[in-house]
Amino acid sequence: MIQWLADFFGSMGTPGLVIWTMLKIVAITLPLPLCVAFLTLAERRVIGAMQSRCGPIRVGPNGILQPFADVLKMLFKEVVIPARANRLLFRFAPLLALAPAVAAWGTIPFSENLWLADLNAGLLYIMMMSSIGVYGIILAGWASNSRYALLGSLRSTAQLISYELAMGFALVGVILLANTLNLGDIVRHQAGGFWHWYFLPLFPLFVVYFIAAIAETNRHPFDMAEGESELVAGFHVEYSGIVFALFFLAEYMNMILLSVLAATLFLGGWMAPLPFFNELPLLGDGFLWLALKVAGLLFIFLWVRASFPRYRYDQIMRLGWKVFIPLTLVWIVVVAVAVRWSALFGGGA
Amino acid sequence: MSFSAFLFYVLAAILLASAVRVVSARQPVHAALSLVLAFFTMAALWITLGAEFLGLALVVIYVGAVMVLFLFVLMMLDVRQTDKTPRWRLHLIPALAIGALMLLEIVLLIVDGVKTKTALPESAASMDKPLDNTRELGKLLFEDYLYSLELVGVLLLVGMIAAIVLTHRQSRFAKRQEVSEQIAVTRDDRLRVVSMPAEVEAEDATAHSPDKTGGH
Repeated sequence: MIQWLADFFGSMGTPGLVIWTMLKIVAITLPLPLCVAFLTLAERRVIGAMQSRCGPIRVGPNGILQPFADVLKMLFKEVVIPARANRLLFRFAPLLALAPAVAAWGTIPFSENLWLADLNAGLLYIMMMSSIGVYGIILAGWASNSRYALLGSLRSTAQLISYELAMGFALVGVILLANTLNLGDIVRHQAGGFWHWYFLPLFPLFVVYFIAAIAETNRHPFDMAEGESELVAGFHVEYSGIVFALFFLAEYMNMILLSVLAATLFLGGWMAPLPFFNELPLLGDGFLWLALKVAGLLFIFLWVRASFPRYRYDQIMRLGWKVFIPLTLVWIVVVAVAVRWSALFGGGA
Repeated sequence: MSFSAFLFYVLAAILLASAVRVVSARQPVHAALSLVLAFFTMAALWITLGAEFLGLALVVIYVGAVMVLFLFVLMMLDVRQTDKTPRWRLHLIPALAIGALMLLEIVLLIVDGVKTKTALPESAASMDKPLDNTRELGKLLFEDYLYSLELVGVLLLVGMIAAIVLTHRQSRFAKRQEVSEQIAVTRDDRLRVVSMPAEVEAEDATAHSPDKTGGH
């Protein structure tokens, strides 16, 4: 069916290509908000269970319709624009936060032959998109004309820039091992069982990457940007209703994106943990394996939120600059030497 | 007109419009954002021309880091609006002169390039070819120009250290927290458990007034 559609549009030349690409984009971006919706439900239920509460259980069977009730509530709320705010940028900022979070999905390989763009510099493209997302936060803070919002956005920006470095260095290790920036090829290099996955040789980088991912998405315990006990809610204090929901959507999409990236780079992407699992009628062709890994990583995001108290701001900066960056730099040297060694003397790695 | 040509003209129009907006915007933050748009469109243009690494690096470095710091400074300074009446006439002649000079240089370079060198290979400018000059660029930088690259790296490092030394003046009144010491604190540094013998009240006192033993 998919192959038939691809052939049909492929035979139409450039317009066909455009329509086919549009269809693929819709197929990726439409399920995303749905994933976010159920992720929020999962978050509340999981944290509820961890704290011996029920969480939302009243709307629909077992609370399954709760996210839709929330969205409806948001939709009907009034969007208040503060006096003397920069009206244009105030409305533009949530879009600037959301757009990169969606656009970054362009090069993610979902399975052996299921992706939007097979870009050779795919990893760099995702880095680029995640580095743009910070504009939404800066502008939201500045355009609201509020001290709390500005402070929140300044904190958040400094934090994002700091942790992006550690994250970038963690990705350098993957690039060294895989010898390519193409995400599909990176996954293919990890073929053949979980002992070939990169999280084993790059374990320190994997840990740094995941913690940096938590910091990048402004999640607990790094949510200084929101810090409800001191900054009310940080950069989105002044946002209400559906405009606030856009920020919310962007944050959760980034969570899912970084989990997918972690699964792709360190946990073998669409590969099954044992090679012969692929022949068994367990989880079909790859995509479900990826989904399973991503779900596991997202659970860790929620688990961390339920477990740790918030960092102090100088501690966050210290962790980023004085612990993670030296650690990743040292491990990159170790990996580079190991790669060179095995290239010179054959075998191993 | 092919699709790539159409894309080129659309992107070039956006680029020019945003570049004009950088110098004409009254609000400094708007000017900075227009510059961001200009960088972004430039990157898109380069990618359509097959230089995907340069394009992505431009966005990561300039949009993702440099312009963010720019915006930081603009917000901290709280510059609301520049002059209502931009003094066009004062700057017009030197601006035109510098612009003309730059245009002349670029035209000369292009003419020279057309004369002496062969034209770009066909495939470099087409969008059909899979983009893979990242690998080529990496090989070029780390094999042929390795020493120049190292030199540039050292230069940047020296610049960075100099900037930190120049701006980081220790104030006499600055209070610092040694986080490593804070983290290394153990229970024994903060808490002292004193073992005391249990106090036993005299028997006759408890018999008469039970209030004294408990209290609310």
